[in-house]
Amino acid sequence: MRVVLATLLLRPFCRWVVGVDLRGAENLPRHDPFLLVANHDSHLDTLVLLSLFPLRRLARIRPVAAADYWSASSARRFVARTCLNVLPVARGGASAGEDPLAPLSAALSRGESLILFPEGTRGEPEVLDRFKTGAARLALAHPGVPVVPVFLANTGRNLPRGTALFVPFVVRVEVGEPVRLPAGVREATVCLEEAVRSLATPGSASSTAPPCRRTRA
Amino acid sequence: MNLLSSPLLVPVAVVAGVLVVATLAWLLLTRLKPGSDFRELGLRIRSWWVMATVVLGAVLLVPSAALAFWALVCFWALREFFSLVPGRWEDRTALFLAYLAVPIQFLWVFLGWYGMFIVFVPVYMFLGVAVALIVVGQPKGFVASASRIHWGLMSFVFGLSHAAFLLQLPGKPGFEAGPRGLFLYLVLLVQLNDVFQYVAGKLFGRHKIAPVVSPNKTWEGFLGGLLVTAPLGVLLRFLTPLSLPEAVGAGILLPVFGFFGDLAVGSVKRDVGVKDAGSSIPGHGGVLDRVNSLCYAAPLFFHYVRYLAY
Repeated sequence: MRVVLATLLLRPFCRWVVGVDLRGAENLPRHDPFLLVANHDSHLDTLVLLSLFPLRRLARIRPVAAADYWSASSARRFVARTCLNVLPVARGGASAGEDPLAPLSAALSRGESLILFPEGTRGEPEVLDRFKTGAARLALAHPGVPVVPVFLANTGRNLPRGTALFVPFVVRVEVGEPVRLPAGVREATVCLEEAVRSLATPGSASSTAPPCRRTRA
Repeated sequence: MNLLSSPLLVPVAVVAGVLVVATLAWLLLTRLKPGSDFRELGLRIRSWWVMATVVLGAVLLVPSAALAFWALVCFWALREFFSLVPGRWEDRTALFLAYLAVPIQFLWVFLGWYGMFIVFVPVYMFLGVAVALIVVGQPKGFVASASRIHWGLMSFVFGLSHAAFLLQLPGKPGFEAGPRGLFLYLVLLVQLNDVFQYVAGKLFGRHKIAPVVSPNKTWEGFLGGLLVTAPLGVLLRFLTPLSLPEAVGAGILLPVFGFFGDLAVGSVKRDVGVKDAGSSIPGHGGVLDRVNSLCYAAPLFFHYVRYLAY
């Protein structure tokens, strides 16, 4: 079902209607599991990222999304669970005394890859909000899993938060080299945020090394 | 019409010949100079094979598919242009309308409704886009937004769709090749001229012709292209209903305005500071980098033929 949808709808839509200008394709991880960390401006982000991977790997690549938002209606549940294979995460779970990262950690241990948007929600288009610490925590807990920073430009112009009018613009996807994170959750979070931000310049995916490499002694 | 005895086979043979020569030259170059990097050239030639097969196959075998394909090309070109240039939040409705103009314009092409085809973009879309920009009530940046959207529509929807309308021109007694011949004549000459310009520029290029807009273009390249394309335009005259002197005119018109179309897109890229308009065609850049020369050549050639021969 998912493969059929991806073949017939997702790929043609992303390539023919939206348009994807992929830079740094050589940095896309060829094996699972990996942790992909990207900025988040639009629902399109997940679709575009999923369209970059071979069909046979889709079952093992799970976008992480807010449980409250994506189970709010049966339509959203259908899209999230059935179409996109979303891994739901509870927002604000930490204050309730549970570890919201536990299911994510378990997925990584099972060999599944995760797509994470550490801004936490779709922000203002073209503005990178402060990263939340979850992605860094996960990455530090799974040192063997490559962490790939990705910057998506123009998805916020295509379909920004709060509108239903979709207007096509070519999405530029800059895939950076895997990041080596410094120890410490705060440092690692800053490092991830910088890695994604540094990809915002066009063509930077293949030219600049991620900044955290330098911070690692 | 029997395709095997058709004059339309000549352009197919020309394209196949050029592609085979280019591929052999590339193989030879990679053998002779193992140190140099010819990957980009290889990709470029491979993309040419794909594009030539798609366009020739569609035009010769399923003309209505050729119209649909051309509509996609217009859409991609427009999308690339709008993605390249800056825009305002308030432009979204107008941009949506502009995209909608592509299927509508091609409906007129499909119906062969010339009157509507020729006024739709300059009259109805011109007004519609302006209204869509006015109703959002943000005058700051209005002129820039309106100009961008109108220019994109005129170049990549109105201009480019003229090539497709060539396919809908009626046949004429004694004009055996028919409308498909006209289409192939236009696209073949303009695209070959790009190739000849590139090759002549690489071989003899010394004097820059537009150093600021396009530093790789030289007088030698431009004239070299013209010197090959113009005689070829006369030789392929049987694809058109044009007389001999008229074909000479077409052979000069196409390379010259192809060149200006190329520079127009070059100016857009310089203005926003990018080298390629995209990466959708390996070795070529974006769709705009490929169709740039057709944006001006197509409407001019269409009206040249329509005025002289219809």
